[in-house]
Amino acid sequence: MSSDTAVAPSYEGTAVAPPAWRRLLRWETGLVFLLIAVLLYGQQSSANFFTTTNIFFIGLNMGEIAIMALPLTLIVIVGEIDLSVASMLGLSSTLMGYLYAHHWPIALCMLGVLVVGVAGGALNGWLVTGLGLPSIAVTIGTLALYRGLAEIVLKDQSVSWSTVKLTHIGTKPVSGTQLSWATLIFLLLAVVYGVVLHATPTGRSMYAIGLQSEAARFAGIRVKRIKFLLFVLSGLVCSFAGILWTLRFATSRFDAGTGLELNVVAIVLFGGVSIFGGRGSIVGVLLAVVIFGCLQTALTLQNVDAQVQNVVTGGLLLFSVIVPSAPDAFHRLRSRYMRRS
Amino acid sequence: MTVLDQPSPATSVLARRGDVLLRARELGICLAIVIVFGLTTLKNSGFAGVLSVQQLLTGASLFALLAVGETMVIVTRNVDLSVGSVLGLSAYLVGDYFKHNPHAPIVMGFVIGIAIGALVGAINGAVTTLFRVPSLVVTLAALYIVRGFLAHVVNGRRIESDSIPEAFQKIGYKTVPGIDRLPWLAVLVIVVVAVVAYTMKSFRWARDVYAIGSNPDAAALAGLPVARRVFTAFVISGALAGLGGALFLAEFATVDASGGTGYELQVVSAVVVGGVAIFGGSGTVFGAALGALLLNMINQALGALGVSSFWTYAVAGALLLIAIAFDRWVGLRVALRQRTGAGGAHVV
Repeated sequence: MSSDTAVAPSYEGTAVAPPAWRRLLRWETGLVFLLIAVLLYGQQSSANFFTTTNIFFIGLNMGEIAIMALPLTLIVIVGEIDLSVASMLGLSSTLMGYLYAHHWPIALCMLGVLVVGVAGGALNGWLVTGLGLPSIAVTIGTLALYRGLAEIVLKDQSVSWSTVKLTHIGTKPVSGTQLSWATLIFLLLAVVYGVVLHATPTGRSMYAIGLQSEAARFAGIRVKRIKFLLFVLSGLVCSFAGILWTLRFATSRFDAGTGLELNVVAIVLFGGVSIFGGRGSIVGVLLAVVIFGCLQTALTLQNVDAQVQNVVTGGLLLFSVIVPSAPDAFHRLRSRYMRRS
Repeated sequence: MTVLDQPSPATSVLARRGDVLLRARELGICLAIVIVFGLTTLKNSGFAGVLSVQQLLTGASLFALLAVGETMVIVTRNVDLSVGSVLGLSAYLVGDYFKHNPHAPIVMGFVIGIAIGALVGAINGAVTTLFRVPSLVVTLAALYIVRGFLAHVVNGRRIESDSIPEAFQKIGYKTVPGIDRLPWLAVLVIVVVAVVAYTMKSFRWARDVYAIGSNPDAAALAGLPVARRVFTAFVISGALAGLGGALFLAEFATVDASGGTGYELQVVSAVVVGGVAIFGGSGTVFGAALGALLLNMINQALGALGVSSFWTYAVAGALLLIAIAFDRWVGLRVALRQRTGAGGAHVV
């Protein structure tokens, strides 16, 4: 990625370019070292860690989360947030099961689910850009609403997909490779997102929106349209993730993917995307996905309970917002101390 | 267009016209409560029965209690998503305490619950204010960290009712003598609501909280201790969630690792429905408690009408969205009228 993403906003307002060593001190550099450490830890913790089956399973387990993290990355870069991602996944999975149980052809089931994803994303986008509501409140609302709709559609029933051949997509590697379909789709999407974000005017304008939305608007950037489209994109991608999820587990239940928003948000922020907007890269998110996947698998190999793994995920989320803010906090505390003495 | 981009002027106007509009909001919720109750009773006369009303008040009590703490946090323009997990943690640990100390005085249950909640609240508040990071992220992490820690501690066990003192359980199901519809649990929560409502209206540090939420920068420039007040709001929210945990235990008399899961959504929804501005700076705990009652009543009414018991989340989400959209609409209208001068609304 080009070095212009490295212009740290801590220098904004000053005309001085950051010194060369500061450029190396990027978040992504840290992630590379961390990845090496995690790989070493994984290798130590289990002999099975570097086997091809394990690599396949890491990709399988992270697939939907990783795919949902891509649009969220852009949304956080423009200074918004989408907490409804996991609920949209659940709603899609549920709806797909509902349609299938009502004898819709599978292709139409998927199409219907994707349409609902677009509609759900458009609702988020309209409430945020059309009515000017804060995305935090809106997407907490739709987090509850979409999960609630899923619960209404299927109640406590579940729909089994086990007789459908297509579920092979969820469990078998792409022929000739050791990658799951979800992994392959994620990698392709990541390239597309990376190009759009880092090499097109639209991508550059997203950073502008995140840093100074008002200034971006005066510079002629269609702030609202871009934000709206990003929410629609997020809805679409999350419903697609819902399809993958359904095929992987070969079952539809309303509680599919409950709580995954933690993992998705954690990956995006751990990837170095600033929660205040205007900073971050797809490479960082890609690294974060790999680190999370390895860490999760290493913990699972050691029989750590899934809920307890959330402690690690939550800790990493805290870590990724605290560390960038720590120098400022330190300076504030020091200056207050100096003033007192 | 510029009005759309700047939420704060509209809400500060709302805050300025404060009392009139807010009182209207609380009246509106009361009206909605009466309507929902009336219509449901028409369809199903059992809804007004002794047991049903008792159930209604008991169910709403916990949410109202959490909503009070959440209100303080949201008024400072923050949010606390960890309340459900804190309630679960407190409920289990209080139960565990009684299990190991069967003859402990029941007041210890409340003390421990409140202390646990206050501790988590203090951590939330400290991280938020010290590092100046969005409370959304901090409390989202806390939501899952606390729940994961709880799962680790509980390890699949469950506290059964025989290890909880009888007197403690009575708080959950006994009603006030003479008024057989009013459970003690509700009385306790009403007292808490009244005390916090009085505090928020009358004490200077509580008025600071509103000033901070209206405009954090201006509040800091005016010399208000912003960080300390926000910290306090988080501690109170945590403490009330901890108290809620003790009451949860008293009410259900059994608890595992999942107590209070998903409560945060209903609580945030209740608070916003109760007229607390999501942008901070305005709203009352009284309104929030009424919001909790309304939300709970709608859910129980759906059950009584035989619709379904699967509507809880959808109702919470839909009401939240409708409430913030409505507030926005009212705010925009007020701002628009002020700009055109039609309403002569230049009240300062």
